[in-house]
Amino acid sequence: MAPQDSSTTVAAPTDLAPGFAGIAEDWSSDQRTFKNVPWGKAMMWIFLLSDTFIFSSFLVGYMKVRLSTTTPWPKASEVFALSFGGEPIPLILIAIMTFILITSSGTMVLAVNYGYRKDKNKTALLLIITALLGASFVGMQAFEWTKLIVEEGVRPWGNPMGASQFGSVFFMITGFHGFHVSVGVLFLILVARKVWRGDYDTEKRGFFTSRKGNYEIVETMGLYWHFVDLVWVFIFAFFYLW
Amino acid sequence: MSNGMLEETQVVPLAEIEEVDLYHAHHWITKYVFSQDAKIIAIQYSATAILIGLVGLVLSWLMRLQLGFPEVFDFIDAESYYQYVTMHGMIMVIYLLTALFLGGFGNYLIPLMVGARDMVFPYMNMLSYWVYLIAVLVLTASFFVPGGASGAGWTLYPPQAISEGTPGIDGGIILMLVSLVLFIIGFTMGGLNYVVTVLQARARGMTLMRMPLTVWGIFVATILALLAFPALFVAGVMMLLDRVLGTSFFMPEMIVQGEMTSHENGSPLLFQHLFWFFGHPEVYIVALPAFGVVSDIISTHARKNIFGYRMMVWAIVAIGGLSFIVWAHHMYVSGMNPYFGFFFATTTLIIAVPTALKMYNWVLTLWKGNIHLTIPMLFCVAFILTFLNGGITGLFLGNVIVDIPLSDTMFVVAHFHMVMGIAPVLVIFAAIYHWFPKMSGRMLHEGWGQFHFWITFLGSYLIYFPMHYLGFIGVPRRYFEIGETSFIPPSAATLNEFITVVVLIVGFAQVVFIANIIISIFKGKPAGDNPWNATSLEWQTATTPPGHGNFGDELPVVYRWAYAYSVPGVEADFVPQNMPPDEVKRTDTATGAVADDPPELHQ
Ligand code: HEM
Ligand SMILES: [Cu+2]
Repeated sequence: MAPQDSSTTVAAPTDLAPGFAGIAEDWSSDQRTFKNVPWGKAMMWIFLLSDTFIFSSFLVGYMKVRLSTTTPWPKASEVFALSFGGEPIPLILIAIMTFILITSSGTMVLAVNYGYRKDKNKTALLLIITALLGASFVGMQAFEWTKLIVEEGVRPWGNPMGASQFGSVFFMITGFHGFHVSVGVLFLILVARKVWRGDYDTEKRGFFTSRKGNYEIVETMGLYWHFVDLVWVFIFAFFYLW
Repeated sequence: MSNGMLEETQVVPLAEIEEVDLYHAHHWITKYVFSQDAKIIAIQYSATAILIGLVGLVLSWLMRLQLGFPEVFDFIDAESYYQYVTMHGMIMVIYLLTALFLGGFGNYLIPLMVGARDMVFPYMNMLSYWVYLIAVLVLTASFFVPGGASGAGWTLYPPQAISEGTPGIDGGIILMLVSLVLFIIGFTMGGLNYVVTVLQARARGMTLMRMPLTVWGIFVATILALLAFPALFVAGVMMLLDRVLGTSFFMPEMIVQGEMTSHENGSPLLFQHLFWFFGHPEVYIVALPAFGVVSDIISTHARKNIFGYRMMVWAIVAIGGLSFIVWAHHMYVSGMNPYFGFFFATTTLIIAVPTALKMYNWVLTLWKGNIHLTIPMLFCVAFILTFLNGGITGLFLGNVIVDIPLSDTMFVVAHFHMVMGIAPVLVIFAAIYHWFPKMSGRMLHEGWGQFHFWITFLGSYLIYFPMHYLGFIGVPRRYFEIGETSFIPPSAATLNEFITVVVLIVGFAQVVFIANIIISIFKGKPAGDNPWNATSLEWQTATTPPGHGNFGDELPVVYRWAYAYSVPGVEADFVPQNMPPDEVKRTDTATGAVADDPPELHQ
């Protein structure tokens, strides 16, 4: 009988049965289903899956109310236009916001990259830049909301341009997304601070998780941030281009 | 299973997961109140769920008093009757069953059964309970606000739920929705923990395909919940906005009590879709853990391996997947394109296939087993009978043409109580009788258990069986009073009286159960570590109840599945999952060689 601490490890992938049985065998493998995936990251993926269902439900709800209302839907290109020197440019603010958010995904990727090289100054700097870009996105969203509310008279329960659901879904869904971005900014700052202090070099325990910290947290943070970005692409398409 | 796998199981893979050190409590407050230990959290969850469940139980008595003896009780008027119905339904489904199965049993059993020290993120796990508690308090508060609790029915259908004239429109419905949103947030924090613990933190040798079915049931149910609750969350947020800000997501243009409302063009059907996209998986969120628990308990108490383990796992997964594409069978009477009706009827009937498969496998597990009619076993057999009954009426209701006349009658009430009211509650009792010895170190009293079992089981049948008949003759559901009609014979009233009397008897019999628990905690017969001679890891802990970190100094190593009962050639009639093969005592010592190990030892 082989001793408990036998040096034989898990069967190599080549030993797996072909086809579906092999997939099942691989997934059900010893101790961990996803090898080398830290707990926090696995948890983030599953949370994002759940969150995807929330956003999908919101967007399906939006489509349904938009299809079932009999009042005409306001024209996005007009409502969301900004005037520069008297000429209204459709969707200009949104274009800038989208550009900023996509850029912030780029800086986030770089932060993860430098995180894995344990280059703490560059990582922290890139995280802060990402947070700043995120904050400016939220700022512009606040500006957009103010303009809609104050100048165009859009309210959650009604608006002068058409179907009352226009304001309802707009404030609800962009608000929910903006909340996600704001939470992200907050955590980006927290993670940046920890990176800066060197918490991840010394594996200092996190307050929230009470687990040892390391640079994989930067990647987990990145997953969230890219998700929030990706969701924005859908919101953008459904609200501003439809 | 290929031969290659068989040999591979004889060596134990290296540890892949570092030992984690846990948060050690230094003060009784962090030890027993704000505890991060999954076992304490489990007990907190269970106690809260059972307490609020008792409120739900009392509400059901009040409803039955009214239905059995109309015009006798002055303090029950139509308004309060609707509030009882609503709060009873919501409390039982969400705050009792979901919380108890996932937050209670999930927290207690997952780490112990997969051989982990605790959940992966204990702090978040703790928060999960406290948010749940707040949700329960907010819900309870709705009884006391002006206007009282919501009377919209547990399905909260708009426009009625938030229109003038429905009880609880002032504060009740708002608190109900806030409480639901809080519940979902709290559950998510716990649910993420359960899923990641099962996926990423198992003991050495514990493959997914060696996990006890209890863990499989809770695991898949948690995934369902993580994907289904979002729809309820969204529906809840939208309805809150409709109610508080006057938006029109769900509210059409209409005249209420002679006045035009300010809403316009909303879609009540949208709510129904969102609600049932959550609501149907919810049935399985409650049922799948019950399936798992039943499989483990009957296998242990019949001293026989579960029949068709792999089939059972795939059936759980298949039921979980299918449960997301049947939701509109709750909406046949809402008006639907016939092709959609056809689609949803078909998927509904297809779900019966894996479910029936599980029924057969349970029966085949019992077949020729060495059945010990212990209390947990009795409750599990009762579950099989009850669930079968509810499953069969489900086939009726799944068909559009049969459902349309039966919808909104007592037949539906009988069906869903059989299938998701009584059946899971029977499993909860089974599980408590089975695992209480591990949680407390003492046995529950057997004689009182027998008394509790027979009253509860026979009583539930006496309550719900006649309701099918009442439904057939057309007694409607959610009616405060039927009054005189041309089609309901007076004997229906007699039957209703009878049901009410049984309800009260069964209800008060639960006092015996509660007393049994409280007395046994202090005075019960000492249980020892493994009173049922069970194989799974929670019975192999160093101490009973298990201490902080579950397994003492060393984590267990798993060599086989959890169903090594009555293995031929082995002396004991069970082989614990963590017993090294060379320690297994064989009847024939001459053939103790590894090559002769019966295959059951290596599943
Ligand atoms: C203790 C035994 C129970 C009794 C005597 C009981 C009795 C009742 C009664 C009389 C109704 C109202 C039927 C009507 O519409 O006229 C009802 C509704 C309901 N019950 Fe129970 N019940 C019990 C346990 C449970 C449990 C364990 C569940 C958990 C799933 C449950 C879930 C529901 C639901 C969802 C409704 C529908 C509420 C609504 O129409 O909004 N009940 N019950
Ligand atoms: Cu259903």
